[in-house]
Amino acid sequence: MQAAAGNPEETYNYRVVRQFAIMTVVWGVVGMLVGVIIAAQLAWPELLPSVPWLSYGRLRPLHTNAVIFAFGGCALFATSYYIVQRTCHARLISDRLAGFTFWGWQAVIVLAAVTLPLGMTQGKEYAELEWPIDLLIAVVWVSYAIVFFGTIMKRRIPHIYVANWFFGAFILTVAILHIVNSAASPASLTKSYSAYAGVQDAMIQWWYGHNAVGFFLTAGFLGMMYYFIPKQAERPVYSYRLSVVHFWALIFTYMWAGPHHLHYTALPDWAQSLGMVFSLILLAPSWGGMINGIMTLSGAWHKLRTDPILKFLVTSLSFYGMSTFEGPMMSIKTVNALSHYTDWTIGHVHSGALGWVGMITIGSMYYLIPRLFGRTEMYSVRAITLHFWVATIGIVLYITAMWIAGVMQGLMWRAVNADGTLTYTFVESVKASWPYYVVRLVGGVLYLGGMLIMCWNVWKTVVGSRPVDAPIPAPAMAHA
Amino acid sequence: MHHRRMDILYLLIPLSVVLAIAIGAAFWWAVRNDQFEDMEGPAHRLLLDDDDRAKPARPPEALPGDASGPTGDRGPSDEPRQ
Repeated sequence: MQAAAGNPEETYNYRVVRQFAIMTVVWGVVGMLVGVIIAAQLAWPELLPSVPWLSYGRLRPLHTNAVIFAFGGCALFATSYYIVQRTCHARLISDRLAGFTFWGWQAVIVLAAVTLPLGMTQGKEYAELEWPIDLLIAVVWVSYAIVFFGTIMKRRIPHIYVANWFFGAFILTVAILHIVNSAASPASLTKSYSAYAGVQDAMIQWWYGHNAVGFFLTAGFLGMMYYFIPKQAERPVYSYRLSVVHFWALIFTYMWAGPHHLHYTALPDWAQSLGMVFSLILLAPSWGGMINGIMTLSGAWHKLRTDPILKFLVTSLSFYGMSTFEGPMMSIKTVNALSHYTDWTIGHVHSGALGWVGMITIGSMYYLIPRLFGRTEMYSVRAITLHFWVATIGIVLYITAMWIAGVMQGLMWRAVNADGTLTYTFVESVKASWPYYVVRLVGGVLYLGGMLIMCWNVWKTVVGSRPVDAPIPAPAMAHA
Repeated sequence: MHHRRMDILYLLIPLSVVLAIAIGAAFWWAVRNDQFEDMEGPAHRLLLDDDDRAKPARPPEALPGDASGPTGDRGPSDEPRQ
């Protein structure tokens, strides 16, 4: 795995990027497979043997943790390590610490995969892992921050490229969110109680939960967007100035959107309204960034016809635009009265997850993997095209099924007869949702199928290749 | 015991203020450090950093100083600038 040019100081550390990139694909398959299983369970509840660790309630957090923190997390580590090195003309500050973040993060994932099916959970959505694993996450994350910011500090390029600002904000904010939200009193090695209670706990949980969406699933992946779209399109970003405005506007306004998860709950009304207002404000920087990314292709639109990697990257931005429009709309309290607790929310999340996060990650990996393994391109470009169409059809099936099911559920739950009694029982809405659950499953199977195509393509690209560590350009060139 | 209803805000609001100050400080540092002096160059420099090691000749307008062609060797082609 060593570079052709002997002295490691003169090359980038691609080894840790390779490790995270490969595991992105592996965990993507695992996480999406669990997603397909639980989607099937919703259509056929008695599909699996009746053992606790195969029950929906335990597999669902396994799915969310695997796709967000294993698939998404590995992608963020891989791309941030690649981008910070390439844009700073500097090797990672410590190979050992970078290696520790890889093995530490894999340990977290494996521990999650064991403890969640066993029912060990803090019961906090997207923060289910018990306190010993939380401590390990904190140690790995602090190491990540040291490696990333240490590399920024030893940069040979004075200007810090905008993607690094997005990654930096993501790393710092996730550290704070994780530590505050996970504060708990241990009762034993496998059980703890939250430091907060009741509506206080709910407020902290969704302060964490929504900012995790904002910083883990948005800011970090915007870092990928601002690097890989210009690189793959071979065009400078449409407006660098707008990308800088995008960054500062996004991070200044994100923090208080969380209460929209708690509309019509015990949370004080003013806090709900505040959350709604901040959520609406977020539309502006989000769309600024989306337009900036898409317009990067101006003058190069023809490349979309032939370049499937660019198809992935640009389609991801379309879904980013869609879900950052849909999100603020759903945060409006009158809209939320219809959408809350329905499958519309599930559709919204997957428009962001499969469309934005998934596709920007997949496109970035198709860009990265050949370069990390000394290839000119992926083994099969046609397989990337196939993957793109299978995944796109899968997403469309998934989100339209959930939109229809969600709006239908909301309307059925609120329907009242002339005498004031409810028109439908709850179970009638479940029964009516069944066909849409099956369509959603088909969508998920297609998306997973695309991921398996990717797995095969990556295998063929990597096998027999010679991993490379690219040399760092001579320092004489470094000043801007 | 009587508790105020939303004690958690005494944590979250100061935390938000501290974060806003930290973001403001980072912004101030960036301005003072001339990070926003050139709002064109960084976008173009990203493309000059050639990470396509084995790719055959690239469009000339993208890489003015790139002398490395499709030599077939796996060596570095990362000296795009003179």
